[in-house]
Amino acid sequence: MIISCPHCGLRDSSEFYFRGEAPTPRPDYEEGNVAFADHVYGRINPAGPQKEHWYHAAGCRSWLLVERDTRTHDFLSVTLASEQGR
Amino acid sequence: MERQRYSLFTLARHALTGHRGWKPAWRDAAPKERYDVIVIGGGGHGLATAYYLARNFGITNVAVIEKGWIGGGNAGRNTTIVRSNYLLPGNIPFYEHSLKLWEGLEQDLNYNAMVSQRGILNLCHSDEQRDAFERRGNAMRLQGVDADLLDPAEVRRMAPFLDFDNARFPIFGGLLQKRAGTARHDGVVWGFARGASDRGVDIIQNCEVTGFVRDAGGRVTGVETSRGKILTGKVGMAVAGNTSRVASFADLRLPIESHVLQAFVSEGLKPVIPGVITFGAGHFYISQSDKGGLVFGGDLDGYNSYAQRGNLSIVEDVCEEAMAIMPMVGRARVLRSWGGIMDMTLDGSPIIDRTPVPGLYLNGGWCYGGFKATPASGWCFAHLLARDEPHPVAASYRLDRFASGQLIDEKGAGAQANLQ
Repeated sequence: MIISCPHCGLRDSSEFYFRGEAPTPRPDYEEGNVAFADHVYGRINPAGPQKEHWYHAAGCRSWLLVERDTRTHDFLSVTLASEQGR
Repeated sequence: MERQRYSLFTLARHALTGHRGWKPAWRDAAPKERYDVIVIGGGGHGLATAYYLARNFGITNVAVIEKGWIGGGNAGRNTTIVRSNYLLPGNIPFYEHSLKLWEGLEQDLNYNAMVSQRGILNLCHSDEQRDAFERRGNAMRLQGVDADLLDPAEVRRMAPFLDFDNARFPIFGGLLQKRAGTARHDGVVWGFARGASDRGVDIIQNCEVTGFVRDAGGRVTGVETSRGKILTGKVGMAVAGNTSRVASFADLRLPIESHVLQAFVSEGLKPVIPGVITFGAGHFYISQSDKGGLVFGGDLDGYNSYAQRGNLSIVEDVCEEAMAIMPMVGRARVLRSWGGIMDMTLDGSPIIDRTPVPGLYLNGGWCYGGFKATPASGWCFAHLLARDEPHPVAASYRLDRFASGQLIDEKGAGAQANLQ
């Protein structure tokens, strides 16, 4: 897989570290264990486009928010996570 | 359909008539309007569930529905290893129950599943790893499972071809489970299919689930499929790899990610590898099939995938690991490689439990250890479906353990699926 890093251009996926499906926002403390368990462990795990985090460990060391199709491994969009506020 | 019993005598009789008299081993059924239990997924686990529902509980008005053909998913994409060398109390009794079922499976099914107990040898490459293996071996023996800690000389007697003095990964010994081994993946699927079909179970192929039928109270009362609606009292999901997709039809969000795992087979060779051997400094496992091909694999690709194919960087990684422990395989050519979709849970252990949706039961999250679990998974899932309570050896595989904190994390890797 080739990932188009906003800073570094087209780079091989072996330079990147996959962190997984972009999680839901952290719940409020008052919401309790079940809400936190869902935040930490719950996954949509779609067969299709998925929002996920990659880290360009062997490059610019930026966290990326990526949309990728899990059926085809096609990267649909790659943006800086910092610009997306997450 | 008349039950045919296989034996040396039937084989001899059919040989005399040119093998023209064999009947199909199981019925390819069309869906009826209603069943007592529907099992989604015609892989090893789903068919074993149907078989044990009929055999152990007398529940025979059962359908196994499969989107493709039976055994065409992960049942046909694994490395066929059977073992019970686990560490944690939640896991050992379950996998040992499975290994005991493997040991009597062929007699029970009257079908040759080619179970071959040639042992599994986990190699260790440091003092610390040997200590960890000793602990695991002791945990196994406390639960009545066989385990032997070998020193390098004993390993050398078993497998003289290993690279004992590798500069980076010298071999310090190994943990051997002699009763472990391999089985024939499609033999297992067909054996369970035949046993279930003989007892009245309908096996329905090319029948993809597209939704659940639910009553006003939210209870699942049937499934919508590509071959129409089928009603039932209980639905069991045994669709590891696609659990999240099927569960999403009932609006469930599960602690499961789908990841691709590649496996490889070499050209056929004369017998060279005595059993299953694993490399402890990375993640690599290899055995030799009865046909002679070396069957091996390594780590997940590491990203979520439903594609059933992986990337070349893992091919390189797996081959490097092979060369690090047994340089002799470097001259063998890889014949085929493939990818399967693993149901990775976030503690590395499976789930066999009721779901929050009444009438819907879950068997999944097998990570990349589903093949060895096939008989016990079916045994325990059948128990859950028939009695509505967990089987004692699978009682820890609860869905709510992620909220209650009672995780079964063999590796202690945390809530990250690609590290389990």
